[in-house]
Amino acid sequence: MNNLLSRHAESIFWLARQVERSNSTARILDVNETFSRNARGEHDWESVLRLYGDEQNFRATGRRPTADAVLHFYILDGDNPNSVLSSIRMARENARALRPLISTEMWVQLNGFHNRLSRLRKSDLKIENLNRLCSYIKESCQTHSGITAETLYRDESWYFHQIGRALERADQTTRLVDVKYQVLLPQPSDVGSAIDEAQWNTVLRSAAGFHAFRRVNPQSMSPAKVVDFIVFDKRFPRSVAASVLVANEHLHELRLKHGHTAKRTASNLLRRLAASLAEESADDLITRGLHEGLDEIQAQLAAVTDALGREFFLLTEVDDAPPREATEAPA
Amino acid sequence: MTDWQPGGLLEGYGAGGFYCELCGTAKRPALHTQTVRERIDGLSLAELRRRAQAAERELFNLGVTFTVYTSREQIDRILPFDVIPRVLSAAEWDTIERGVVQRVTALNRFIADVYHEQRILRDGIVPTELVLGNANFRPQMQGLKVPFGNYVNICGVDIVRGGDGRFYVLEDNARTPSGVSYVVENRHLTQRAFPDLMRNIGVRSVSNYGQRLVGQLTELAAGTGRDPSVVLLSPGVYNSAYFEHVFLAREMGVPLVEGRDLIVRDDRVFMKTTGGLQPVNVIYRRIDDDFLDPEAFNPKSMLGVRGLMRAYRAGNVVLANAVGTGIADDKAVYAYVPRIIRYYLDEDAILPNVETHICREREGLEYTLANLERLVVKPVGESGGYGILIGPHASRKALAEFRRRLRAAPANYISQPVVQLSVCPTVTRSGIEPRHVDLRPFAVTGRSTWVLPGGLTRVALRKGSLIVNSSQGGGSKDTWVLE
Repeated sequence: MNNLLSRHAESIFWLARQVERSNSTARILDVNETFSRNARGEHDWESVLRLYGDEQNFRATGRRPTADAVLHFYILDGDNPNSVLSSIRMARENARALRPLISTEMWVQLNGFHNRLSRLRKSDLKIENLNRLCSYIKESCQTHSGITAETLYRDESWYFHQIGRALERADQTTRLVDVKYQVLLPQPSDVGSAIDEAQWNTVLRSAAGFHAFRRVNPQSMSPAKVVDFIVFDKRFPRSVAASVLVANEHLHELRLKHGHTAKRTASNLLRRLAASLAEESADDLITRGLHEGLDEIQAQLAAVTDALGREFFLLTEVDDAPPREATEAPA
Repeated sequence: MTDWQPGGLLEGYGAGGFYCELCGTAKRPALHTQTVRERIDGLSLAELRRRAQAAERELFNLGVTFTVYTSREQIDRILPFDVIPRVLSAAEWDTIERGVVQRVTALNRFIADVYHEQRILRDGIVPTELVLGNANFRPQMQGLKVPFGNYVNICGVDIVRGGDGRFYVLEDNARTPSGVSYVVENRHLTQRAFPDLMRNIGVRSVSNYGQRLVGQLTELAAGTGRDPSVVLLSPGVYNSAYFEHVFLAREMGVPLVEGRDLIVRDDRVFMKTTGGLQPVNVIYRRIDDDFLDPEAFNPKSMLGVRGLMRAYRAGNVVLANAVGTGIADDKAVYAYVPRIIRYYLDEDAILPNVETHICREREGLEYTLANLERLVVKPVGESGGYGILIGPHASRKALAEFRRRLRAAPANYISQPVVQLSVCPTVTRSGIEPRHVDLRPFAVTGRSTWVLPGGLTRVALRKGSLIVNSSQGGGSKDTWVLE
């Protein structure tokens, strides 16, 4: 059986992550504009910077965190590696390298998406056009997922794509919860107020979970319930737990079907994370400290990525000269 | 038949005294194209333009492109596609096909001889220093056997048609010829955009190129194992022909690898996969000799694979094309190909060379000096470096200067008359006009040689231009070979 080139495995893993990251970014910007206002009724764009830990990078642009500046930073700024344009550009370069593997339809869509993004101008970022633009970005990212599901051959490349997407989504969702919680906590007087509820609505809406949450909790809205839903609800597709399960299932199948059963590190880490998410409740997490708990999940997700790199992608980096251990010897 | 007159789109089209691929000449009209001509004549220019634009947009969206990289961005360009096909009759193709097979056969015999007995050099047919002093001569190849004795497994032969309606070879491409992806993609485009133009005309298929190629390459590896693994080695996404590498890897169903994906262990080649190292038996390489192995050739190459030549010399991997084929497609050696064909095959060249004067020979030099203002003079091998002289366009001073150079180092030059390339009706801004074309058929050689029916027709889109290269305003056309 022929395995996937390590380079291709790594490329498609990151391709999926870059598209998923753009998806999340568009959601967060859109929802922030629509629903997120501070007590004085002003948009709080700095919260987005905090969410991504980008305060310092943004300061380097020399601009004030106005709507215009932050939107530009996250959508069109080619110098910001996490902007939508940069992510999709990298995704497209990965797709170019993957063209022998991916379907023509995947390439055509991603190429068209990139080309349209790169033609955007400042005026397209105006607040009155923002919702339309964010919808376009979200839909394009979802179209990518759909075309991939419909056309990508189910060899190893499919698994690496699904694992990449799920890990990125889990990570993005933890950040979303974390920042909102932090924004809220400093003002105990706000708890339970109209503003507080609006903030939690925002969190749910940016994860496309508002209506589902309402169905599950028609009577009440509390921070613990929102955290429970977004972090732990296995039936909610953007939750941390659901994403970790998806990654875990795909890694499990990949190992079984493609002769990787000896590679256990990433798999063990993921299984452990999935188990702890299944055991813990939102109340436990909040009691123990939500921020620390989410940080811990992010660190575990990063450890999974590192382990995948060592177990599946590392050969790309290995220099030709030094001799190899037995596990990598020719079959 | 011959009294058919265009009354629509082609009315008023004139070939300007050149041989026309669609119409032939006034004295000898091309009978085999009548149906196509009538159908084209029946289209309106607006309709033709609409379909042409749709076709080019499709190429762009499908990413049938080459990419120009700047520091800030990547610009994807398509090779402009002209919708009016170039049509060859079965008889014309028969000549081309036999001529290409003959030429490739002789070139392979020549290369094998040079890297083994060197009879042709000893017999004085081709000057020894021209071959052994050539920058593309690879001493590492001496005495090395290659499968079936065939070094050039993929060959592109550049052919032009003169005013006399005959085909001539202008150049051989025996290293890493490119362009075959356009042959297949152009056909797919025509089938989608002009189903009405092709209907009920038997056109020979080009869509099985990838299958034929991988079949022939697998055959080459018969000695290396039972289920040989074939890969295509590309310089990577920054190479202008990257799309073609993608296209071929997909059509062949083989991995597209870069040098960093391969590694040599104990003189065997492996690729780095998620499952560890997996053996590689045949490499269709789209990287020049120089960059193939930093250990054997250019030590600065980042594109190649360290130790590849050792594995190759040990017989553990097949390279296609073989290393060292550059001695066969050099401009200096080109001039001798008719003699090479005679020497090995005892046949006349079915496809003659363009009339070529070898300046290292007294007669050639004298003729060249006497007719300089009518000739194109080309430097040969890597020895030239002074560029091409196009006599009819050169100033008196430039001609005098070139005469001096020719006398000083005649061996560095060959000369040819300006070839009056044939034309083909082409969609231009000012309607349908004649534009010059050439033809590059592709020959694949494993045990024997197979030629893809047709080939790449390149068209010089600038009015009057004879330069068909894509970098200088060239485009391409679909090429039909009739049943």
